Amino acid sequence: MKVLVPVKRVVDYNVKVRVKSDQTGVELANIKMSMNPFDEIAVEEAIRLKEKGIATEVVVVSIGVQQCTETLRTALAMGADRGILVQTDVTTESLAVAKVLAKIAAEEAPGLIILGKQAIDDDANQTGQMLAGLLGWAQGTFASKVDPQGDTVNVTREIDGGLETVALKLPAIVTTDLRLNEPRYASLPNIMKAKSKPIANKTPADYGVDMTPRLTTLKVTEPAKRQAGIKVKSVDELVAKLKEMGAVA
Amino acid sequence: MTISFDEWRARSPFYDETHEAVAQSVRKFMAAEVLPHIDQWEEDGELPRELHKKAAAAGILGLNYPEEYGGHSEGFNVFHGLTQSEELAAAGAGGLGASLMTHGIGLPPILALGSEEMKRRIAPEVLSGDKIISLAITEPSGGSDVAQLKTRVERVGNKYVVNGQKMFITSGMRADYMTVAVRTGGPGMAGISLMLIETDRPGVGRTRLDKMGWRCSDTATVYFDNVEVPPENLIGPENGGFIGIMRNFNSERLGMAHGCCAMARVALKEAMDWAQTRETFGKRLGAHQSIRIKLADCARQIGATQAWVDLCAHQHMQGKGVPADYAMLKVQATRMLEHVVREAAQVLGGASYITGSKVERIYREVRVNAIGGGSEEIMLDLAGRQMGLG
Repeated sequence: MKVLVPVKRVVDYNVKVRVKSDQTGVELANIKMSMNPFDEIAVEEAIRLKEKGIATEVVVVSIGVQQCTETLRTALAMGADRGILVQTDVTTESLAVAKVLAKIAAEEAPGLIILGKQAIDDDANQTGQMLAGLLGWAQGTFASKVDPQGDTVNVTREIDGGLETVALKLPAIVTTDLRLNEPRYASLPNIMKAKSKPIANKTPADYGVDMTPRLTTLKVTEPAKRQAGIKVKSVDELVAKLKEMGAVA
Repeated sequence: MTISFDEWRARSPFYDETHEAVAQSVRKFMAAEVLPHIDQWEEDGELPRELHKKAAAAGILGLNYPEEYGGHSEGFNVFHGLTQSEELAAAGAGGLGASLMTHGIGLPPILALGSEEMKRRIAPEVLSGDKIISLAITEPSGGSDVAQLKTRVERVGNKYVVNGQKMFITSGMRADYMTVAVRTGGPGMAGISLMLIETDRPGVGRTRLDKMGWRCSDTATVYFDNVEVPPENLIGPENGGFIGIMRNFNSERLGMAHGCCAMARVALKEAMDWAQTRETFGKRLGAHQSIRIKLADCARQIGATQAWVDLCAHQHMQGKGVPADYAMLKVQATRMLEHVVREAAQVLGGASYITGSKVERIYREVRVNAIGGGSEEIMLDLAGRQMGLG
């Protein structure tokens, strides 16, 4: 079984982003970029499936600017077999990404597509679901356990009130939650070996997908600064204050 | 503004995306395997052997060693080594790099001068983290004056018999092997040989030394009492050991100089974080002009030193390095570290005096850098001689 893993290049999770002065977005110039952490979990899961002998090949895809090659190389250094770069300078939106991935899925015919449940830049949490819709495949989102059994995959999901396990018929879509696994660090020799693993260079036009954004960002602003709190001496005083503020009736 | 090494690399001609990948990888290794435990290891006085195996699996121990002996060198250069040591410094505990990477001084003489049989016997199990190797040069009677060392070797029949003592030996308590400088011939540098001694040989004794800093690194006094060693353990020609000792120094000093930059950056970051959050006299500590100037001056000195480190590393890679440059570079780096960590401590105030803060730990590690691997005075004297003043 082939496993396809899309990976997104995002602002590194350690970076404290700053809003641009013209409020059109956040400052990205000279900012450290890395693989979306949820995607790292997806790559790790795919590699583990390969190590268990369940997956035969792990293919990683990244859609975005030329530097997404670095993100692909990171996945290849972790243990993925080959990469596909779909290069575009346009802002990537979930639906367009899902459309490209659907075309790649048709070409590559993977048994499983594992995606991060969301990217930490736009937090959209849509691509996996949209892809499942476009392909008409079963989906198991927010996976905390992935267990393929023959022509099905059991996906355990963290839901309100406990764990839910769904059995999906392959081919299927899985999106990863934070607790699925702990991604490995690439060993230094594997970093060098990744340099010689193949990466195919494509464009959205190769897949006949128009990436033009359909959404318009009106304004990006800093979250409101938190006001200093006050200390109250008793429950009665707390209730009185809340009533005063109109927070309780 | 270039403060962090990430920013430095991104704008330097000597580093590319593979160095970035190495940094990311070693950073994750540190977060998973080292940072949660380092305070405990500092208390224990040594690193667990298991860590060596994990570091080997991550490719850390074998970086820039020949592939045929279990290392990986293809595509890697000296700047990958610097990048790696930068990340190993993130714990703010220099003992980690000193002890985990002791093979960086113990193994090269074997690879440079040892027999093929010795290389194949020793290097792979050291680079796999199964065995630990130390370098034993310094003696109780002196360290800087290497040519006068007293550990004596007699040839008795088909064996060498070793008698003497070694002092301040890094990883000395745990070492399975030691690359030992001994006197096989007459006085002076022409009578010195290098010898591989397995520490399980009868007559090898050792005592733990407690130290001001580098506490997670075990340090020992080692005694050789009629230790019998087979002739094939000689590293290189008899009485030809001095050159093997000397050729180690350039890369050791380059590595130490970079290590000082890395530690200084850790200290500066601690001080800057504190200056950003701490409020005094109605404003942020960092908003006071005197503090701002202090911190910028630290950044200036780190940048100047790092630029020279990078240049010397480039020369090293091209085989164009000059011993006096490495010697002076090391002095530049240790004086810089001494200044930066002093200023960082002043900015942190009382917090820097409390055990457990990174700055407190780094402060205790200034002297080992300024004295070990060639004291500042010996380094400058060496350079002065090269200036024709000998």
